[in-house]
Amino acid sequence: MTHTGLEFAGFESADTVSARLASVGYISTASISTAVYLAHHLRKPILIEGPAGVGKTDLARSLAQSMEFPLLRMQCYEGLDESKALYEWKYGKQLLYTQILKEKIHHLIGDADGLDESFKKLAGFQDLFFSREFLEPRPLLKAMEQAGGSVLLIDEIDKSDEEFEALLLEVLSDYQVTVPEIGTIEAIVPPLVILTSNNTRELGDALKRRCLHLHIDFPNADLEARIVRSRVPDISERLLAQLVAFIQLVRDENIRKLPSISETIDWAKTLLLLHADSLDPVMVRNTLNVILKRQTDIAEVNSQVDQLVRKVLTEQAESA
Amino acid sequence: MERTLTNYIRALRTAGAGVSTTEAIDAARALELVGYQDRGLLKMSLAAVLAKSQEEEVLHDRLFDLYFSYAETKPPRQNQHQNEDQEDSDSASDGSETDSEGQESNGQPSNGQKQPGSGQGGGSGQDKSGEAGEDAPLDLLELAQSGDATRMAMAMAKAGARADVDQIRFATQVPYFVRRMLEELGAEKLDKQLMDALDERTEEGTARAEALIEARSTLMRNARAYVEARFEVFGRSASEAFMNEVMMDRALGALTKSDMERMKPIIAKMAKKLAAKHARRRKVRNRGQLDLRRTLRANAGNDGVPFDVIWKTKRKDKPKIVTICDVSGSVARYVRFLLLVLYALREKVTDLETFCFSSHLVDVNHDLESLPFDAAMDKILREVGNGSTDYGRAFTDLSRQYDSTIDKRTTVLILGDGRNNNGDPAMGIFQDIAAKAKRVIWLCPEHPASWGSGDSALLQYKPFCSSLTHCSTVADLEHALDDVLLAYG
Repeated sequence: MTHTGLEFAGFESADTVSARLASVGYISTASISTAVYLAHHLRKPILIEGPAGVGKTDLARSLAQSMEFPLLRMQCYEGLDESKALYEWKYGKQLLYTQILKEKIHHLIGDADGLDESFKKLAGFQDLFFSREFLEPRPLLKAMEQAGGSVLLIDEIDKSDEEFEALLLEVLSDYQVTVPEIGTIEAIVPPLVILTSNNTRELGDALKRRCLHLHIDFPNADLEARIVRSRVPDISERLLAQLVAFIQLVRDENIRKLPSISETIDWAKTLLLLHADSLDPVMVRNTLNVILKRQTDIAEVNSQVDQLVRKVLTEQAESA
Repeated sequence: MERTLTNYIRALRTAGAGVSTTEAIDAARALELVGYQDRGLLKMSLAAVLAKSQEEEVLHDRLFDLYFSYAETKPPRQNQHQNEDQEDSDSASDGSETDSEGQESNGQPSNGQKQPGSGQGGGSGQDKSGEAGEDAPLDLLELAQSGDATRMAMAMAKAGARADVDQIRFATQVPYFVRRMLEELGAEKLDKQLMDALDERTEEGTARAEALIEARSTLMRNARAYVEARFEVFGRSASEAFMNEVMMDRALGALTKSDMERMKPIIAKMAKKLAAKHARRRKVRNRGQLDLRRTLRANAGNDGVPFDVIWKTKRKDKPKIVTICDVSGSVARYVRFLLLVLYALREKVTDLETFCFSSHLVDVNHDLESLPFDAAMDKILREVGNGSTDYGRAFTDLSRQYDSTIDKRTTVLILGDGRNNNGDPAMGIFQDIAAKAKRVIWLCPEHPASWGSGDSALLQYKPFCSSLTHCSTVADLEHALDDVLLAYG
């Protein structure tokens, strides 16, 4: 499916979502496409949970790319507050204008008689300092201001404080931001909102209720092979099947940090660079640090590499 | 909203998934969007809208298959309706009161055509007012003999709705609801006919009686299958929740092996609840220290005149827990549970050090961290649990070898019965530990009545503990840990 130059007209079905995503190299599953399809039509944010490195953030990026919408990304962290997420007053500019006003004040009220009239004249300028001119939009407000639609990614929401969740509620349910001095700014076109969470803490019910829920887990061998093939097209089918089978086995081992899809892709690239055409225990041992990031995990798997590789190879031989 | 969907949401709620009204409305909108045609798509759509956590997703997966598989076994609405019309006109001929009801069910076809597959909802909506209790027993006989699965399913669904089978909570209620359903089906008349047939004492009568008995058991089988299916949807989770509640208050010492397996998910859930409750680290205002940067920024609009003053805040400590467990025979069982909960709580606790002892103190952190929980516990009990209990030695070991683990942020959690085999309780050392730690909490599985009796040194230790509580059930354990975590605000 080619869509370049085509205006994005909406998703007609879950399959359209899959096709669109596939056109930008994101291999989607049925449940991912369904969630996106529903989010698009029900105008609801999607909350994506799942282990690190299964393509949560990438989904948002690919969606933005496939819909040709700008992606507005907000990375959450402890201590994130409204001045970083919603808006901030350009106080430097405000100060500067105050100075100018001070100098020019005589021109303004020069011809006014008495205090009352001077006040009236000045009253007109007060709001000037708290107007859109002086408002510095941050990602959430920026998303509201996109006339052509946008994808808003609120990444790792579980890293933020609970107070921040409350701040998001207005944006997520009504697609508007309230600035006390100005009023309510409504979204021109409601953005497609994607929140991701690694589940380091339980999110509030209020937030969960406002979102569609999507859990992305590690992919099965078939899907993982398709993903790796799309990212590392030069890899031979034989090696691809072997390395994916190996990763799947490693995920069943008793290790702390399971290898993610991005690590599988890195490993595929590494093996390709080493001109491997089949897994062998020595090479696997030498490159284990690409897929495993903890010393204890590496030690754990290292002791079983021979066994695992043998298993992978015999299984492949059997199926062939 | 559609009945099928509302009923399904009710089933989800009984199963323990918190579905709010907003979510129910979203589900209806999603249903409108995707329709009933593609079962897989419907399942995924409802999962996205209704299930807000992985546990709820598992629930949804199970219930969806149970619930909609039943709805799906129904044939398209139109056929059913023809059958019904037939029945309705039959019954209308023998009673005048059925007229209005006949009309009501005439209103159904449009409804039915609009929602293909919603047979169940339509069915239960209809039968409230539907067929009169006047079902001819002859029909029953004919129904049972005809082997027409469609009509049988219809009849069962109607009788089931009248008998309120959806209210079922426990497996033991199945026979009761089967009887209620048979009553609603009008099986009494069948029985009467059966008696009459037997009374005739003729060959023909006996043959008729046999046919009737056969028909009755067919009905019974069908009713039972129906009730059991409904129990799976509406009852199982409710009765499981009830069993879990009972378990929470059962003495840990009295739990059987099969109970232990059941306890694991309960404990995991409890740990999650505790963790969620204490995850909120409250900020403490530390008045007196000005946050210059944020104050300036907040007051930039006021030309830097600090109207709104912002103070620096600091966060409270994360809990630090040192657990000392007596793993001699009598207490070992409780230790397993305490450690299970503690390790489920790991993330909330910066430092969790665990020591076990019977005759001397052993650091078991490594085992608990590297091995799966059950294997670690077995190893600990095997290696540490054989000596005769010596509390004095344990405390001496702690203060000599692991002195640095205890500071003013530490809560010392002791699980044991205080039975010291008349050895030296090492009071001086215990006193030092208590003075150094933030709090000392002693959990004792023995009933307070026997504290201090025999070789128990518990009452000697008591004055130096921040709290000494009786802890024999999972609920007690939850309270105790809640208390520990609460101290860290």
